[in-house]
Amino acid sequence: MDLKAHRHPGLDDPRQRALLREIEGGLPLVSRPYAVLAARLGMTEAEVLSHLRRMLASGVLKRIGIVVRHRRLGYQANAMVVWDVPDDQVDRIGRLLGRAPWVTLCYRRPRRPPAWPYNLFTMIHGRDREAVRHNIERLVQDFGLHAIRREVLFSRRSFRQRGARYFSLAPRTACPREGGTAAPGGGP
Amino acid sequence: MTDTPQLDEREYRLVSQYQQGLPLDPRPFARMAEQLQADEAWVIETLRRLQQEGIVSRVGPVIRPNSIGVSTLVAMAVPPEDLERVAAIVNEYPEVNHNYEREHRYNLWFVVTAPNEAHLAQVLDGIRERTGFPLLDLPMLEDYFIDLGFPLQWT
Repeated sequence: MDLKAHRHPGLDDPRQRALLREIEGGLPLVSRPYAVLAARLGMTEAEVLSHLRRMLASGVLKRIGIVVRHRRLGYQANAMVVWDVPDDQVDRIGRLLGRAPWVTLCYRRPRRPPAWPYNLFTMIHGRDREAVRHNIERLVQDFGLHAIRREVLFSRRSFRQRGARYFSLAPRTACPREGGTAAPGGGP
Repeated sequence: MTDTPQLDEREYRLVSQYQQGLPLDPRPFARMAEQLQADEAWVIETLRRLQQEGIVSRVGPVIRPNSIGVSTLVAMAVPPEDLERVAAIVNEYPEVNHNYEREHRYNLWFVVTAPNEAHLAQVLDGIRERTGFPLLDLPMLEDYFIDLGFPLQWT
């Protein structure tokens, strides 16, 4: 696999790994969730909070928040819009699209010619397809993207949608250093 | 306005305000309740219910892609009559966390997340062998998205 896709800022304390394993599926919904985690891990509540702050500061954690399933909230349509952006423009256009109001993901990925010429991937949600198409058109207008070849891939069915599991994978594919429980992974 | 029929006004404010982050406090739900002029028990009950209903997938961390493991986006061009069978094989892998049918010649798209590259390669090889179809392996090279949570109120 290639390039920068697999860098590891990593964790600065082995106990953070255990903590992430406990919370990757969600916090316990009780008055003092961090105290519950602390008790399970043999740490104090303050230590748990301090590790979480450090992982937020280092960027391992993007946030700790309410994670919504968009489809269940009425945003039925979602389109992956892929763009074939000249390599010397991809950073600039990526940054523009990455902060645009209707875009919820914006990644550079490798081309795989000849089958796959596209190198910029955006996700656009909407109440219906008409709204999604309208928003794409606005982005093309606003950022002057007429000359950039694109394709719109609407989703038809979701076979699975959940958060990535880094630690609680099945033991079938356990990796050596983790014993029975598999180790961390990477996101979408 | 809320624009989200499944949520009442206060539930909507709860979900939209705290996508970006909970207060990092020993009692986060009590702090949220103060800001929403609700009580802690209501916040906890509501989050439990929205989680049961599947509107909220979890209240918890979002781990940065590739910060503590590896992942990739995979595309497959599968004949329509084979799609369900192939999707079911893909879903057998716990490393797969998103799996969608999309309207394109490449009609099956899924994300694979694993602890390390060897593990990831093993999953991709397994899927390739078991389905008999080639994979497009499209790992993230750069993330341009400015993460503001999901904007619940646009048109």
